[in-house]
Amino acid sequence: MARAVTTRRKTINTALAWAIGLLIFFPILWTILTSFKTEGQAIADPPIFFFFDWTLENYAIVQERSNYMRFLWNSVIIAIGSTLLGVAIAIPAAWSMAFVPSKRTKDILLWMLSTKMLPAVGVLYPIYLIFIELGLLDSRAGLVIVLMLINLPIIVWMLYTYFKEIPGEILEAARMDGASLRSEILYVLTPMAIPGIASTVLLNVILAWNEAFWTLNLTAVNAAPLTAFIASYSSPEGLFYAKLSAASTMAIAPILILGWFSQKQLVRGLTFGAVK
Amino acid sequence: MRLGLSVCLASTLALAAAPAMADTITIATVNNGDMIRMQGYTDEFTKQTGHDVEWVTLEENVLRQRVTTDITTKGGQFDIMTIGMYEAPIWGSNGWLVPLDDLSEEYDVDDILPAMAGGLSHDGTLYAAPFYGESSMIMYRTDLMEEAGLEMPDAPSWAFIAKAARAMTDRENDINGICLRGKAGWGEGGAFITAMANSFGARVFDEEWNAQLDSREWNDTLTFFVNMMEDSGPAGYATNGFNENLSLFQQGKCGMWIDATVAASFVTNPDDSTVADKVGFALAPDNGMGVRSNWLWAWALAIPAGTQKEDAAKQFIEWATSKDYIELVAANEGWANVPPGARTSLYENANYQEVPFAKMTLDSILSADPNNSTVDPTPYVGVQFAAIPEWAGFWTEVSQEFSAAYAGQQTVEEALEKAQAIVNDAVEAAGYR
Repeated sequence: MARAVTTRRKTINTALAWAIGLLIFFPILWTILTSFKTEGQAIADPPIFFFFDWTLENYAIVQERSNYMRFLWNSVIIAIGSTLLGVAIAIPAAWSMAFVPSKRTKDILLWMLSTKMLPAVGVLYPIYLIFIELGLLDSRAGLVIVLMLINLPIIVWMLYTYFKEIPGEILEAARMDGASLRSEILYVLTPMAIPGIASTVLLNVILAWNEAFWTLNLTAVNAAPLTAFIASYSSPEGLFYAKLSAASTMAIAPILILGWFSQKQLVRGLTFGAVK
Repeated sequence: MRLGLSVCLASTLALAAAPAMADTITIATVNNGDMIRMQGYTDEFTKQTGHDVEWVTLEENVLRQRVTTDITTKGGQFDIMTIGMYEAPIWGSNGWLVPLDDLSEEYDVDDILPAMAGGLSHDGTLYAAPFYGESSMIMYRTDLMEEAGLEMPDAPSWAFIAKAARAMTDRENDINGICLRGKAGWGEGGAFITAMANSFGARVFDEEWNAQLDSREWNDTLTFFVNMMEDSGPAGYATNGFNENLSLFQQGKCGMWIDATVAASFVTNPDDSTVADKVGFALAPDNGMGVRSNWLWAWALAIPAGTQKEDAAKQFIEWATSKDYIELVAANEGWANVPPGARTSLYENANYQEVPFAKMTLDSILSADPNNSTVDPTPYVGVQFAAIPEWAGFWTEVSQEFSAAYAGQQTVEEALEKAQAIVNDAVEAAGYR
């Protein structure tokens, strides 16, 4: 009897999980489906689900009109570059906060996070002027720096949480064995925190990939990433939803594939230390 | 034909200015059909001048923010910007744009429609060349109008429109008598209701910059609009803008639609519209007070002051807004697809006169006067906006209040009371009074 209840509960839970998963995934699925429709089918009411004449015309038009590879390459460099730079800066910072905390460590952590609460547009002009002075407008280096700074509080917070789970005694033992600070962080702490670092990297690559304020406002031609590619297909006067969907699908495909293959690491990292 | 046009264009541009060296110019633009078409012909320009063109295409609101930031900080990211009738005189007066006062004789600047040239100038100096211009007009279903036993006049009144809308409404068959913009935003529902209010005798300011939103005329406008839309409009009209209404009309769910003249080519295109062969056109309605409810707008090309590539940028503007460019598009894609509303000669062209919406578009443009847009005098220029820098900010807030009234979240009186306070606060803070 107990087994039957468990099985039923399992079935219900599975069905519920699938339902929630499908609900969350539905907008992406709808975008992908729309990208294979004509503009007329894209706005049809009632909406057409699967039974329409599938066409690749929108993808052909988008390919013809835009240099997709240039946008993609910029996205890859900006997302990965800003994340790696952020992690390189955040590891020593998180180490110090986790293992050598001061009286103000908690305050500093909160203050760092509070910078995320400032509306980005509030600092657009100062940053734009700084970029003009430094010659960083429309450069990948400039965007790597800005996105690194934006995501740094999250990276530090995540790494701090993971580092707190590692017993300080292990690092102490390494120090007693004569390990320098650099060796302690590089050869003892980092290998133990690899799952946490991996999930931090993945999450921040996704955040940087999807960032659509600074990447639109600080770029023009040379450094414009996929967010600018999508924005170029949005129209206030004209129904181009199928083409917009094709552009969106092409923009999200790489990150969707990355997320699919690394979901185990992502889930493990995100739930790391959640249950004690 | 194409070869002949190419030779003609080449000689025109060679006369205009032979470039000492080839440049790469960067152009910021919006993703509208005519703009995208222009991008497709860029190779022709490059062939003729040697200059390369890089396009930065953005959504309208993002483009506005992007080019405003760049021009106010002298960022120098763009050599040509696509701007509208709202920005051109303001930016021109601030010295942010290069005056277009030395365009070549072949360009024939006097051929630009006076309404467009006037709206893109400040103190008589042209600061942006119109690529295409638009007004607003009525697009209606001829079959539904006939079924309703009515005949659309060329210049109808609001009373007729409301009557026709109610007669054409068939809720059971999902047909709404009329589709209009209710979406918040100064360029969306905010633009429509301002132009409509003009025809009801309303104005935003009196001559001393006192807000007039608490006037009887504004109340009449909003009450009429809400009543008509409740009776004959689509559900959720408070969130419908241009694209939502275009979609409804193309699917045969609107009896009438009053919106941008540029929509005429969309609703009559059989590839996208299910009612392409059943569309008629008429002037935007009036209320017998001498002012119609149509607006005036142009998407235009301007050169930001400080660009290092001014000569190449001017060459591009002359090419893209020339008579020859119009002929180039007509030769390849037909007269219905040429950029409308910018040049007088286009409407004198016998081929273009055969396009079904050509005459009504011109009549609509000619009947909108930015310098005289209201029944009573005002201190501002503009039809569906006042050409002051603060307008976009406070009128967006006002349109949000109006949309809340359309959605039934507050009464018309409450919306107008709040709008009055918003507008008065804004002009006081800006020092207009």
